[in-house]
Amino acid sequence: MAIGETIRNSQIWKSIFRHPMPLDRRNRIVVMLTNFFLHLHPVSIKKQGIALSFTWCMGGVTFFLFLVETVTGVLLMFYYRPTLEWAFNDILALRDVTSLGILRELHRWGAHAMVITTWLHMYRVFLTGSYKPPREFNWVVGVILLLLTLLLSFTGYLLPWDQLAIWAITVGSNMARATPFLGYEGPGQQLLTIGGIDMITDASDARFGLLGARFVGEETLNRFYVLHCIAIPLAVALLLAIHFWRVRKDGGISGPL
Amino acid sequence: MHNEFFLKDVAGFLGGYYTFIALVNGVAALILWRKQGRTGWAVTWAGFAVAMMILAAMAIQGSASMVPALPQGVRSLVNALSGPVLYTLGTTGLFILLFVFRKFFVQPMVAWTILNAMLLLMGLSMADENFAAIVMKPDNVPIVGLVFLLAFFTWLATKQAVVNDERAAQGLPPMEKVNDEKVLVWPDLVYTELICMVAVSALLLFWAIFLPAPLEEPASSVKTPNPSKAPWYFLGLQEMLVYFDPWYAGVVLPSLVIFGLMAMPYLDFNKEGNGYYSIANRKFAYLSYQFGFFVLWITLIILGTFLRGPNWNFFGPFEFWTPYKVEVLNNVDLNQMFWVNLMNRPLPRAPQDAGALTQVGTILLREAPGLLALGAYLVLLPPLMAVTVFRSYFAKMGFIRYMIMANLMLLMLTLPIKMILRWTFNLKYIVSIPELSLNF
Repeated sequence: MAIGETIRNSQIWKSIFRHPMPLDRRNRIVVMLTNFFLHLHPVSIKKQGIALSFTWCMGGVTFFLFLVETVTGVLLMFYYRPTLEWAFNDILALRDVTSLGILRELHRWGAHAMVITTWLHMYRVFLTGSYKPPREFNWVVGVILLLLTLLLSFTGYLLPWDQLAIWAITVGSNMARATPFLGYEGPGQQLLTIGGIDMITDASDARFGLLGARFVGEETLNRFYVLHCIAIPLAVALLLAIHFWRVRKDGGISGPL
Repeated sequence: MHNEFFLKDVAGFLGGYYTFIALVNGVAALILWRKQGRTGWAVTWAGFAVAMMILAAMAIQGSASMVPALPQGVRSLVNALSGPVLYTLGTTGLFILLFVFRKFFVQPMVAWTILNAMLLLMGLSMADENFAAIVMKPDNVPIVGLVFLLAFFTWLATKQAVVNDERAAQGLPPMEKVNDEKVLVWPDLVYTELICMVAVSALLLFWAIFLPAPLEEPASSVKTPNPSKAPWYFLGLQEMLVYFDPWYAGVVLPSLVIFGLMAMPYLDFNKEGNGYYSIANRKFAYLSYQFGFFVLWITLIILGTFLRGPNWNFFGPFEFWTPYKVEVLNNVDLNQMFWVNLMNRPLPRAPQDAGALTQVGTILLREAPGLLALGAYLVLLPPLMAVTVFRSYFAKMGFIRYMIMANLMLLMLTLPIKMILRWTFNLKYIVSIPELSLNF
């Protein structure tokens, strides 16, 4: 006890934490206002708004899983090279050689779980009618986040570069080939010709834009890797910030008016 | 025998699985007896727990023939009966049943009985080699989790909605309004969040330790696996490819799903049911969402994952996925049905050297039955509904919002309609214009 007291009274501790221990009512309020990580929350909240039977904690769990994916993802990037030569072998080594051999498992199962918890969060928000005014726009942000979650999972699916990976992505991205007007097997692309020359070919259509090639190959691996590790996570992080900020601005966790 | 090795492999898992069910039921019995004084139910679940312990003992005692399983006759019957038609009608029927009798199903003892029945059926099915081969694929395990999670949370939400609906009928505010005293976020919320984080971490670690991530052979662009499947969360879309061309099933419909979800808060003008669980005062919104989510998204994912095998053929849950299964495809386009079968004449065809205008005219004539049907569906139905079933909606929503809502609804319903037309008339395309790769 005395050691704890000494640490909490030291200059270092006090320079880091701007508030005393939240042991009494006053300091429990102060901690919410002065801690960077906690200031996202209000100081006080309606009891029903935080009941687990009401929120299922699904939004929180989804965000936590996003953090798990970020941390395990960064660690995986240390071991993994997105090239045809190394991608599969690095994953193999990750399983057979590396210590902490469940890193990929944590990342993969965390990703599947995140898809599920995103759906469940949306389901809860729908069932409680929480998308209704004034929270319409935050629902829209949530739908975009749902789409980005699926895209994160989809781009990550390719990276192990095994049979499961490339054929799932091949089947999935074949859809883009049929995009109306913009896919070379899509309806209406025949109309986009200039002087008898087709504008939309298998080397210029929507699928080519997605894959960077006519089929799932090294360009695709590179493209999906960059999307998976940088572009989509950045977009998600930005939208998450807006999503959380709007929760507060729109009146906190929803409840009966 | 091959099957014997499999049963010895799965016996340990099943032993643990039945022991787990027994433990959970033992705890439930204890709570019912000590805390709630419901001795009858307590005895029932204690008895069930004992039965599960016996099943666990049977599973692990070493002889493959003693592992509890569904009788072969039952499995064959289920395989023979199951097909896309029965599956889709069955899940839709179940959805309606659960909705209509929701007051019955939300009772804790009814829900508990159903949960136990699901768990028991799952255990008995796991002793089937073909069933286990698909369900135990590492990437399919999350879907099993999804099924149980969705069942649980739907029960939890419906239970609260039923209470709130009854209160509303008596003129009382929803339960969420009753508990609206304020508490401090520290400790009440931050501790809840911490506990959730710890629980999720524990679950994830457990999952990661016991289930290795899949890694198949190195990628090869010349060896196409059969079946080739998209990641599991897109398998509902892949299943739609049975009924529609990729431009609609893979591009237009998913875009409409996203657009429709975004548009929802602006289309739902109902001010009731904001911020609490309720069903009775928002039936239309509730049923539309649940139909889209459960019947058209989740059950199609389950169908696409567990019941679609090589060549995207349908396989019963206990059927071996043979690539040699042949299904006769004799689907016919609507133009064929109209011109050839009904009018007894060949399809309209323009002469080889005809001008562009004649060619277009011929295509329009050939596809007239489909285009007219589609036109009537998308152009005539919305105003027709506005003056009949959706009269009050139209008045409250205004023209633009109503038209968007009506069209989204009709487009969503194209999927079940096309399914039914396929099953009943073997209809392939309503409109088929291969000249423009435009088949619908």
